[in-house]
Amino acid sequence: MSTLHTVNKSPFEKTSLAACLDHASAGAAVLLMEDGVYAALTRTSVEGQVKGALDNLKVYALGPDLQARGLLEDRVIPGISVVDYAGFVDLAAEHDKVQAWL
Amino acid sequence: MSETIKNFLYLNRKAPYGTIYAWESLEVVLIGAAFDQDVSLAFVDDGVFQLTKSQNTSAVGMKNFSPTYAALGDYEVKKIFVEKESLEERGLSLDDLQHLTWEDEDEDWAEKDSIHLVNRAEMAAIMDDADVVFSF
Repeated sequence: MSTLHTVNKSPFEKTSLAACLDHASAGAAVLLMEDGVYAALTRTSVEGQVKGALDNLKVYALGPDLQARGLLEDRVIPGISVVDYAGFVDLAAEHDKVQAWL
Repeated sequence: MSETIKNFLYLNRKAPYGTIYAWESLEVVLIGAAFDQDVSLAFVDDGVFQLTKSQNTSAVGMKNFSPTYAALGDYEVKKIFVEKESLEERGLSLDDLQHLTWEDEDEDWAEKDSIHLVNRAEMAAIMDDADVVFSF
């Protein structure tokens, strides 16, 4: 049983990402989307938090939302996989359920 | 008619696209620019993300309004304050932002930078100095 967690809020404005990472079980997946993609960047004040999560969670970021915000993939933390909308659908299908952190 | 000029500060604290605040602020600034007032823009917290370069919204199906910031200079909006600490917390520097300019007609239309990098204390003073603050 594995869950896909989605986070769509900025980690600098809301606690959605922190709450998600505190509750996601080992082996679960976290998809950063919409303003959640800011958590995928290097050199931010939440980088350590996200890197720590990569030890036991799979972390993805939605490419179209990165591009919309002018965030290039070379700024994404190594270990985070960038996916497109089709990849999002695959992730949703591969996991038992999707849990949204708003 | 009184000719009182007030100092208006538009305070931007939200990232673009996730919510409508950034776009709404830009629209209000452009409408307000039609009235002869002293206008300043402040970008604080996630608001600094509004000014990033290379925004491309084709895959999300939303309007890319970021090129509009470059038009602000033509509307006499030439005081754009960006908070240094907000950039640093987000791993950004001025190089990650658009280069916004205005043309000074008193100096043979010399092109001048619109963006001024200020620290938190300076931003606080800018807020104190404003007659009216519009928050987005």
